[in-house]
Amino acid sequence: MPLISDIKAIIAGFGVTLHHMLRRPVTIQYPEEKRVPYPRFRARIVLTRDPDGGERCVACYLCSAACPVDCISMQAAERDDGRRYAAWFRINFSRCIFCGLCAEACPTLAIQMTPDYEICKRDIMDLVYEKEDLLIDGCGKDNSYNFYHHAGIGVTQPRGAGLEERLPVDVRSLLP
Amino acid sequence: MTASPLDIALFAAKLGVVFFVILTMAAYLVLAERRILAWIQDRKGPNRVGPFGMLQPLADLIKLLTKEDFIPSAADRWLFLLAPAMAAIPAILTFAVIPFGAPITIAGRQVPLLIADLNVGVLFFLALSSIAVYGMAIGGWASNSKYSLLGGIRGLAQLISYELSMGLSLVPVIMLAHSFSLTAIVDAQSTVPFIVYQPVAFIIFLISITAECKRIPFDIPEAEGELVAGFHTEYSGMRFGLFFVGEYINIIVLGGLATTFFLGGWHGPFLPPVVWFTIKSLAVAFFFIWMRGTLPRLRYDQLMHLGWKVLTPLALVNILATGWWLALAAS
Ligand code: SF4
Ligand code: SF4
Repeated sequence: MPLISDIKAIIAGFGVTLHHMLRRPVTIQYPEEKRVPYPRFRARIVLTRDPDGGERCVACYLCSAACPVDCISMQAAERDDGRRYAAWFRINFSRCIFCGLCAEACPTLAIQMTPDYEICKRDIMDLVYEKEDLLIDGCGKDNSYNFYHHAGIGVTQPRGAGLEERLPVDVRSLLP
Repeated sequence: MTASPLDIALFAAKLGVVFFVILTMAAYLVLAERRILAWIQDRKGPNRVGPFGMLQPLADLIKLLTKEDFIPSAADRWLFLLAPAMAAIPAILTFAVIPFGAPITIAGRQVPLLIADLNVGVLFFLALSSIAVYGMAIGGWASNSKYSLLGGIRGLAQLISYELSMGLSLVPVIMLAHSFSLTAIVDAQSTVPFIVYQPVAFIIFLISITAECKRIPFDIPEAEGELVAGFHTEYSGMRFGLFFVGEYINIIVLGGLATTFFLGGWHGPFLPPVVWFTIKSLAVAFFFIWMRGTLPRLRYDQLMHLGWKVLTPLALVNILATGWWLALAAS
């Protein structure tokens, strides 16, 4: 009998809404209550340093190339010892979509996402972060990695001094 | 009969209090609706303005009053300006015939707690409920917008579908109370409310008054999914506010009428009569809100079908059954 089942369905519907009326709301009262994001939450971007305190970024432009909205720009420069760095480094957070592709692309773990999601500003120009705003003192998520211990041979360390490397073989000593 | 100054003063005081209470209740019903709908949807609802959002109606009022009162260039100016009042005034006038408490004695006089004890109160209510639709229809027509016009037409079509069943569902009540006066109807329910004798009539009446105050599932004249905002699409500022408040006054008034006709009016144990009346009316209003959070909107033709092919015949059969039962009881 469709009438009976219709009436039953309507009453069941009233039951469902009553049940939800008595449940705790899921709302988070934002400025007073703040949710604690997971450690891998993708928000404000930082530039980290290696454990020895040097800037990790080698100004390779990979993050800038990976960024789908083109909001990273920088100027590469080279120190006297041959180590590369970014003369200036700029992220326009008003365009950033917090996709995390820059952090994935970075070979030196320099650019990292942090869970700090509260970066609203009254003036949109304040959302353009310069290098001094981005650079932090710590290592971020990986506090043992130093790019130059694995690569950058011949720049900051002699050949063969990398962690996974052996000293170069002196080919003359191999003569029979 | 000459009215003494005291009588006039008492009457004016009654009028003022009722007017104030109804408007305040309508404003807070808006807040209550928003909160309850929010709870149904697992949200919290407006709770920012004042403690628990209690000042939200005030904020809404300020917002509505300071908004531009826009009149479309092709609108029929005077009708457009008048229509919101035509929608709100019948709603509040209806309350005049509802007895909201037992008569009280002030300064040696019996003061009945209602504005006007008409001996044709039921007819007065039915007449006003038909007049209320003019505000909607004229507002929809005068806006000179296709959405408003469609909303107004739907409002009229809705009226002819539910009004018959609403009137017919009240006939058994009148048969039981032997009177058209709402005071007499309440007095007839001093022991047993009519809902016990007339559950079918009560359900028909409840469905019809939902259609009368144009609420989900019968908000066909507004139907924001189809008609933008239906008959009040072109209205802004306080004129929209009047339509809006009119709807909520209507809920309170119709809640009061359902209480008067079926739920025993102000009769009830322990608590004072006015409190009983308020509780019962607000319970009906709560049910309206709960229904809004539960049911989807009916289609235009489904309402017609429901009104003409289900509710009206059912109400007629109910009248016959009541008559048969009364005749049996008399003999
Ligand atoms: S998170 Fe995405 S959008 Fe933002 S800077 Fe990195 S790559 Fe660009
Ligand atoms: S942040 Fe990383 S990817 Fe971007 S330029 Fe510096 S080293 Fe290269």
